[in-house]
Amino acid sequence: MSQAAPALEAHNITVIYHKKPVLWNIDFTLPQGEMIGIMGPNGAGKSTLIKALLGLVPLNSGYARLLGAELKQVRQRVSYIPQRQTIDWDFPATVEEVVMMGRFPHLGLFRRIGKEDRRLVKEALEQVSMSEFAQRQISQLSGGQQQRVFLARALAQQADLYLLDEPFVGVDASTEQSIIQLLRNMREAGKTIVVVHHDLHTAPEYFNYLVLVNASLIACGPTKDVFTDELLRSTYSGKLTVLSQVGDQMRSRSFPVREK
Amino acid sequence: MAEQALSFFLLREPNIRMVVAGVLLLSLISALVGCFTFLRKRSLMGDAIAHSVLPGICVAFMLSNERNPLLLLLGALLSGLLAVGLMEYLSRRRLTRPDTALSLLLSSFFGLGILLLTYIQHQGDAAQAGLEKYLFGKAAGITSADVELLGISAILVVAAILLLRRGFTLLAFDEDYARAAGWPVALLQLSLSVLTVWAVSIGIQAVGVVLMAALLITPALAARFWTHSIARMLLLAALFGMISGYSGAFISYLAPGMPTGPWVVVTATLLAGFSMLFAPRRGVLARWQTHRNNRNTMLQENILKLFYQLGEKSGEERHTVLEEDLLNQRAFAPQALRRGLRKLEQQGLLLHRLHTYQLSDEGLREARRVVRLHRLWELYLQRYLHLAPDHVHDDAEAMEHVITPEIEEQLEQLLQNPERDPHNTAIPPKA
Repeated sequence: MSQAAPALEAHNITVIYHKKPVLWNIDFTLPQGEMIGIMGPNGAGKSTLIKALLGLVPLNSGYARLLGAELKQVRQRVSYIPQRQTIDWDFPATVEEVVMMGRFPHLGLFRRIGKEDRRLVKEALEQVSMSEFAQRQISQLSGGQQQRVFLARALAQQADLYLLDEPFVGVDASTEQSIIQLLRNMREAGKTIVVVHHDLHTAPEYFNYLVLVNASLIACGPTKDVFTDELLRSTYSGKLTVLSQVGDQMRSRSFPVREK
Repeated sequence: MAEQALSFFLLREPNIRMVVAGVLLLSLISALVGCFTFLRKRSLMGDAIAHSVLPGICVAFMLSNERNPLLLLLGALLSGLLAVGLMEYLSRRRLTRPDTALSLLLSSFFGLGILLLTYIQHQGDAAQAGLEKYLFGKAAGITSADVELLGISAILVVAAILLLRRGFTLLAFDEDYARAAGWPVALLQLSLSVLTVWAVSIGIQAVGVVLMAALLITPALAARFWTHSIARMLLLAALFGMISGYSGAFISYLAPGMPTGPWVVVTATLLAGFSMLFAPRRGVLARWQTHRNNRNTMLQENILKLFYQLGEKSGEERHTVLEEDLLNQRAFAPQALRRGLRKLEQQGLLLHRLHTYQLSDEGLREARRVVRLHRLWELYLQRYLHLAPDHVHDDAEAMEHVITPEIEEQLEQLLQNPERDPHNTAIPPKA
């Protein structure tokens, strides 16, 4: 796999939840080695977009390619960090056990945990300054610590492409700073970072590449070209009323979204 | 009675050996599988599956016209899996909500099962005797053929759980992550369903359809209170399950009229109740203890603060104080105040002479610390949360008791070692 291959390609991706279009004809290409933000208003389908790229929601049309290949071939090199809130943190597990899950894409269901896996987990915990919490129950962590644990899990995977879903929601300012610093270091090491983000103020500082979505793709490109008043206005204010009306129609009349 | 109990414990009769072995095996299987059902928050699934295996058992019996455990198990498995499949289908296609699908299938399959059972019983066939044990459970009805099947099942289920433990754990904790890792999530879900239906199909012999969920879920619930580790939770649940199964079998042996199921459930529930009350940290008692300790800390710190304030007023830091002075200053419940004073005296923070009290040296240090934290916190609230000076007191009152030395340090830095609080009184210097 050459370094020149794009990190992510979305080709005409359409996702429909319960007969209602959430993503409409999304088509973009993201380069490797960048710090990329996916931005858009609430309900714009940002989280659905990265889930679609990872094959976690069924696509109604289109396809995605990651690191220049099909998802199946590169799963170990792609790491997904779900929203912290979707997890039950009262689950009986220690911090170390959760971080070890980062090795699961390599270990599969059956292979035994080895020395190298333990070393990588230890290293990942050090990187997020959570070493002293290794044996702590995850139910006893603060929001910021939970996010660090998730990040450590991704680090332990040793991937090339990281997809983070709203990592800064509900974490304190110092955790946000240390996470962003860590992501920058990872980028410097040649990794590609894609972050679903909603804070417009910090976006130009954090990301050098942006994807603006609101059900459809509004813009995609280097931050300096894309982070403009006009594009932001059409992302955030222009409600796609006609599209959602058509969506409602299709839903109420049970029309298929694509002609066969 | 005692003779009977002894012969049960010593496993004297082969029949008892059979029953005990059977019950222990099936409660072991249910408890292990139940842990994952419980962790996936699918506790009600066990109940639905238990009800839905009944028609399968009846049909298997009608087709073979004999009580062959293997055939009955097969019938139960098919019927249970059919119900699980239908439940999935109904909720995935959004024809009904998941809870509706669950109760619809539970009642319809059970209704059908009862119809078939009644029909079979009216046939008056001698071989049908014992089928009704599936309704309420009868440990004494376990035969050597049953035990063979149970033994093989137990080996297979334990092996499957050991083998797939990692998969089941991730499935319960973070399904999306498992999917993103490329694991066969659908296959894992199916395996867990098959194991659950299997456990239920063999478990209902002992406890019956209606109470099967207890054998699945209650041991897991009880175990969860004692540990934060999945491995330990599985072991404990297995232990709790086997204790309940054994007690159920024992009681129904002593009193043959007694159905096994209810006694198994009673024992399991007692164990769960005991865990809920007495488990460290998560138990009611432990939480209550924490709560009480916190209240005591608050009370004592409040009393010390009062001593300090009275000292400030009189101009003499270790001012001698009467109980009434304290009550006049702050609305303590007199009993609580006396308790607090006694505790402080025991800790050497207060000196007690007849009716008067005075801070000891150590008490003064502690009082200064509490007052300092209170006033620092007031100042922080005023500066950073923009609260009016007359509003900060109540908030500070609650927070001052939880401020750790680290937070104190942060406050000092943030507020640049202030000398006066929002009410313009002096903040005591750090010890």
